Amino acid sequence: MLVYLIRRLLYVVPIALAVSVVCFSLVHIAPGDPLVSILPPDASQALVEQMKKSYGFDRPIPVQFAIWLGKIAQGDLGTSIATSRPVLQEITKAVGNTLMLAFAATLIGFTLGCFFGFVAGYFRDTLVDRIAVTVSILGVSVPHYWLGMVLVICFSVLLPWRPPTGAGPGSSAAWVWDWEHVKYLILPAVTMSVIPMGIVTRTVRALVGDILSQEFVDALRAKGLTDWGVFQHVVKNAAPTALAVMGLQLGYLLGGSILIETVFSWPGTGFLLNAAIFQRDLPLLQGTILVLAMFFVVLNLLVDTVQTAIDPRIRRG
Amino acid sequence: MTNRPLVEVRDLHVRFRGERNVHAVNGVDFALNRGEVLGILGESGSGKSVTLKALLRLLPERRTEIKGAIRVGDEDVLALGPEALADFRGKTASMIFQEPMLALDPVYTVGQQIAEAVERHEKCGAAAARRRALEMLERVRIPSPERRLDSYPHEMSGGMRQRAMIALALACRPQVLLADEPTTALDATVQIQILLLLRELQRELGMAAIFVTHDIGVAVEVSDRIAVMYAGRIVETGSVADIVRRPAHPYTRGLLASTVHGAMRGRRLDAIPGAPPALSEAPASCSFAPRCGEVQPECHARVPDAVTVAPAHLSRCLRSVAAGG
Ligand SMILES: Nc1ncnc2c1ncn2[C@@H]1O[C@H](COP(=O)(O)OP(=O)(O)OP(=O)(O)O)[C@@H](O)[C@H]1O
Ligand code: SF4
Ligand SMILES: [Mg+2]
Repeated sequence: MLVYLIRRLLYVVPIALAVSVVCFSLVHIAPGDPLVSILPPDASQALVEQMKKSYGFDRPIPVQFAIWLGKIAQGDLGTSIATSRPVLQEITKAVGNTLMLAFAATLIGFTLGCFFGFVAGYFRDTLVDRIAVTVSILGVSVPHYWLGMVLVICFSVLLPWRPPTGAGPGSSAAWVWDWEHVKYLILPAVTMSVIPMGIVTRTVRALVGDILSQEFVDALRAKGLTDWGVFQHVVKNAAPTALAVMGLQLGYLLGGSILIETVFSWPGTGFLLNAAIFQRDLPLLQGTILVLAMFFVVLNLLVDTVQTAIDPRIRRG
Repeated sequence: MTNRPLVEVRDLHVRFRGERNVHAVNGVDFALNRGEVLGILGESGSGKSVTLKALLRLLPERRTEIKGAIRVGDEDVLALGPEALADFRGKTASMIFQEPMLALDPVYTVGQQIAEAVERHEKCGAAAARRRALEMLERVRIPSPERRLDSYPHEMSGGMRQRAMIALALACRPQVLLADEPTTALDATVQIQILLLLRELQRELGMAAIFVTHDIGVAVEVSDRIAVMYAGRIVETGSVADIVRRPAHPYTRGLLASTVHGAMRGRRLDAIPGAPPALSEAPASCSFAPRCGEVQPECHARVPDAVTVAPAHLSRCLRSVAAGG
């Protein structure tokens, strides 16, 4: 177990390095000059040179990379061109919001998905099963932004139960865990939970069907376990895979919420990424992508570790 | 105590519904006394496993139609409610499966799986259940049992897993042990060890046992009585000596003839020409007729009744002659 963990941790180093190279190269791959957006169109050549120097764009690329990496190591991701605030500060705030949204959505999706999946798996080929399967297919295939807008129209415009957009009353208020704020979380989280719900339903249904058809289930009944006792075994057998799927879904949600965050004006990383792209704010873009990518790496590590700890068949070495 | 048998099965019929109906068991009768071992012998698909599973009601409820009567001890098995059925399983009657790798839960340790059954039936604490599990592993002679308690099934060899399965099945001192080809999946040398162990434990604990097998040699070795199954029916039952020395049914004779003497163990029962009938219809005549060398016109007309050819020796063949007749 320990050996496995250490080996798995060592794998992270080259991955992280590769990710940072890609992020860094963005500036140079992206068409156009990153300074164009902040310089007046009629800027003098001298001013351009001076700006280049102040951003370090005049050095050789490997040197720029080394300097950039060194700064990152100290927690300095540069300064946003658009807002002049440190990128790190912008990202930290956005990451907090995205995390909150992603965790809420995953929690909803996983809970509902497990429920539907178990019911469908246990009552294969009955009406309940068909309903659960339909719901899961709908969940995976309905476009996010469309569902988001429909929910906004239903619950905020027609029936004004929920505030439509933002992350809390007032524009820049800090998040607090009270109903006033949680209200804002519900609609985007529900919208976002739909895909993990569908995927978890499908996975758990298949898993449960597969487990129930195995002979050890007969053997468990043969030794006198009740349905409840057998259910516990089914859960423990299904858990490693179901958790892995949930972890991956959480990973997707952490990175892929531009549409939902934009529809609900939820100030998370997707929203930030959107803003950075449209404002050609390269330091911000670079920083955001780097942070998201590193999240994915760490998340994968966590999923693998948890799965290894739960499933004795993987636990070797 | 009366001297009525411990297990009594009367006119058992099992039919699976589905795209294709399967009449897997078509009128099985047998009785089993305390401490007695019945060997059920038959080709693949003859309904041996289904009969055994019916005794524990392990067949898929929604797709299965069971008719007839099954009594074990004082329990009318087919009438048990869910609670009583769960109490009955593992306590009054328990089962050993063919492939221990598939029959043990891969994500629980062997100790947990045994202790779980003990806690369930003896209503004792976890520590006592674990002690019993250890005792059982010692009993089935698993080396370093303390360590094996915490092993997962995939960490053990096939023979060891089957020993663990036996420990599990016997942990609550059942009155009847149902063993469905418990040695078929094992290597030849391990097979013999497991058979010897099973017979020894059966005698020590005074259990009755039903032992399903393909293998005449195995059946002869472990059984007191043998029932030969064909197409969902028992076509002949008798003592081991009756079956081996004085087989009355043509099918039994075919089986014995196909077995070279002295090399009996390990032979599969496949040497009779032809194949068993499809079971999509309930048979209306002797099912063996298409393959029988002694077939008569009237064999196609009706299902033969059981004929008592000698005391406690029954044959379902029109040509079998009743004792004293
Ligand atoms: N759950 C089920 N659903 C439908 N048909 C079944 C089911 N279980 C068994 N059968 C059918 O019932 C018949 C008898 O099967 P059974 O498993 O009892 O045979 P067997 O004598 O144990 O053979 P083997 O020696 O191969 O184990 C077979 O035709 C089989 O296909
Ligand atoms: S009843 Fe007829 S067909 Fe059937 S076993 Fe006897 S002789 Fe053969
Ligand atoms: Mg079988």
